[in-house]
Amino acid sequence: MSDALLMVSGLGKRFGGFAALSDVELHVEEGERLGLIGPNGSGKSTLVNCLCGTLRNDVGEMVFGGVALNGLSAHRRTRLGMARSFQLPRPFPTLTLAENVRVPILYAADVKAGVVIDPRRRCEELLDMVGLLAKADRRPADLTQVEMRKLELARAMASKPRLLIADEAMAGLSHQEVDDILTLLMTLNGQGVTIIMIEHIMRAVLAFSQRLVVLVAGRKIADGNPQDVVRQPDVVAAYLGS
Amino acid sequence: MRNAQFILFALVAAAVTFIAARLIDNAYVFFAGYVVLQYIVLATAWNILGGYTGYVNFGTAAFFALGAYTTVVLHKAMPLWPLPAMMLAGGVISGLIGLGMGYLTLRLRGTFFSIATLAMAVVAQTLITNWNFVGGTRGAYIIRPMDSTIFTGDYIQYLFLIMLLLSVTSVAVARAIEHSPLGYGFSAIRDDELAAEASGVPTLRLKLIATVLSGGLMGMAGAPLPYYVTYLDPASGFSLSYAVNTIAMPLIGGTATWLGPVIGAILLGTLQQVATVTISSALSLLLVGLLLVGFVIAAPKGIVGWFKQ
Amino acid sequence: MDLSFDLLGNAIISGLLLGGFYAAVTIGVSISFGMLDIVNIAHPAFIILGSYTAYIANSLLGADPILSSIVLLPAFYLLGIAIYHVYDISFERRGDASIRGLAFFFGILFITEVTLVLVFGVDYRLVDAPYIGPSLHIGVIHLPMRLLVPFLVSLALIGALQLFMSYTFIGRAVQAVAQDPMALQLMAADPSRIKRIAFGLSIATASTAGAILIIIQPVEPSIARDYIGRIFAICVMGGLGSFSGTVVAAMILGIIESLTSTFYGPSWSPAVAFGFLLITLAMRPAGLFGRS
Repeated sequence: MSDALLMVSGLGKRFGGFAALSDVELHVEEGERLGLIGPNGSGKSTLVNCLCGTLRNDVGEMVFGGVALNGLSAHRRTRLGMARSFQLPRPFPTLTLAENVRVPILYAADVKAGVVIDPRRRCEELLDMVGLLAKADRRPADLTQVEMRKLELARAMASKPRLLIADEAMAGLSHQEVDDILTLLMTLNGQGVTIIMIEHIMRAVLAFSQRLVVLVAGRKIADGNPQDVVRQPDVVAAYLGS
Repeated sequence: MRNAQFILFALVAAAVTFIAARLIDNAYVFFAGYVVLQYIVLATAWNILGGYTGYVNFGTAAFFALGAYTTVVLHKAMPLWPLPAMMLAGGVISGLIGLGMGYLTLRLRGTFFSIATLAMAVVAQTLITNWNFVGGTRGAYIIRPMDSTIFTGDYIQYLFLIMLLLSVTSVAVARAIEHSPLGYGFSAIRDDELAAEASGVPTLRLKLIATVLSGGLMGMAGAPLPYYVTYLDPASGFSLSYAVNTIAMPLIGGTATWLGPVIGAILLGTLQQVATVTISSALSLLLVGLLLVGFVIAAPKGIVGWFKQ
Repeated sequence: MDLSFDLLGNAIISGLLLGGFYAAVTIGVSISFGMLDIVNIAHPAFIILGSYTAYIANSLLGADPILSSIVLLPAFYLLGIAIYHVYDISFERRGDASIRGLAFFFGILFITEVTLVLVFGVDYRLVDAPYIGPSLHIGVIHLPMRLLVPFLVSLALIGALQLFMSYTFIGRAVQAVAQDPMALQLMAADPSRIKRIAFGLSIATASTAGAILIIIQPVEPSIARDYIGRIFAICVMGGLGSFSGTVVAAMILGIIESLTSTFYGPSWSPAVAFGFLLITLAMRPAGLFGRS
């Protein structure tokens, strides 16, 4: 299919008088690694929420894998193959790690495969992939920050997504921890998952992205080769002030 | 323990209970026991929506009383229907009410749902009070049959047995849900509804299922009530004590599993029967309220949770 | 159904006056639920408590119910502070607010009702005051004083609260904490203390609301429940936390209830509030988690 996996056009969202997103156009190819950056308040989280269905966009179209997304509930979109990790991790606190990962397996992964999945085995595989297998029977309260981020990613992966949106998965982590997450995301991409990385940590974004999109004040101001984009005058101005 | 094994055990326990009651041969045991069993069903039913899914229903009385009044209507219109059929009808009616109300209010925050259930109980009571066919404020007299077509012996014992079987059913349902995909979905909703949606859980649909199940079971628990009390009026059918008890019992017993509501129902139900006889029924209700507040503040995980530590 | 202009006009006027009263009943919840996001479903119980304290003052001392309710404002305020303290320690700080917080307030509602039954019994109680009998007549319009006086008192109460909210430091701090607790903390004010004061205020209003309730109608413990639907319907419809919205929504509900009562009979009143509540809830956009 020559059509991109995700095609967004004219996306807009207002909160009262405040325009969080204006006329955003975006496309993501299958298998691509896309970076999305922008100063605080530029609308990145709003964009993610509109893509995933947590927020309803006011105007604009979104098409994912040939399916129009407007009006679809968040869980439908997850079942179609779009997954996200939350910026502030939102694990299920009363469930164990294994059970946390089990929920999307039961509700999103099952639907697609056609192949019978053994939930327990799949839980173990996913936790192992992020290095949390040893803590499978513990609760999220027992996890460190970086482990929570990994759980978020494991849970996102549990739904067998075609597209994964990693929303600031590295914020506040140490150098080594950032590398851990980076490696993980690269591995996932290697397995065929398209990834949109939203991040502030420039070295990670530049190392990871094949293409870079910049959002400022709800508008897209750049979209292209990472090295070129970061040298664009308006991008520099947005970060340093003009 | 697999579901089938558990049901077998539960049925055996039920049989033992029934035989023991027959051996004691005191009618009061059956009268009091019926109430405790009724609360086992109500508490278990409430917990499916409340403890498992995290949505607090204050309108237990409405679902319960609608089941009772379905029986009143059927009894007046078609007196020869067997009780189990009436229970099914009561369950269906209450389930449908739950569906309707849920559809209107479950898209919103849990607190709005809870407020709506409380308001709905008042409205249901208003409607029944204004309906002359079931006696309105004057109430309805129901003649208890001498015996049933299926069971030989005292009708009260028959009611006791029916409620015993309903208890087994509701506990079995609750337990089956616990480790099923449905149960995981409920827990996800309770823990973090937004994250549950993002994980692919169809939250509205599951909440509706929980509401219908919960309401339906409550309706079934209410259906035999007219035969038990023989006089039913809206004030007693819709009594707030039902709402308080069905909330207090799981919260005191423990909301995480099927065992909590059962423990809570047996403890609190027995306590109230004793207190009503020894002190007064109003004081026993006060006791329930105080226990509820006390446990909610000091022991949030309930008795079961306390033992697990 | 006799659609005479007199009947219609008087029904609307009564509804308006009743609505004023409903606003007083709701204003406490506008603060606790609208601004502090505390679902105090026990608020009607405190109002009934206010009715009974006014009744005691009236029957034992012959005191005017409204005046005695004002004297009792500090007592209710302290009660509110105490309850908030327990709520804060048990739930808000533990982050466990929703289900247990609801159960907590429901328990309080229940305990209050049962205690009142134990102390006063289930008989209706009423108060005696010079303005309960007479009515003003303006042309064909009938203004019963027992509705008019509460109406005026209610507006005065809400007006006073609004002034407090807008012109005192604490009042503005309460509005601030409703919108952004973090910013308040940065301004070196303790959100917890502000919330405590606000909650205390919300319960204090119940004293006066209860007094005017027992002026309007005889009271017995279980009527608290009739008000829960009304209060939250008005609160939501009026826009959480907006005093003027509360007043307007209260008047609308009052008029609808009065019309229903006049033309279809008073026993349907509780259903009106619920219908109102359902419509209000249905009009909120679907799929929004949290307040908008």
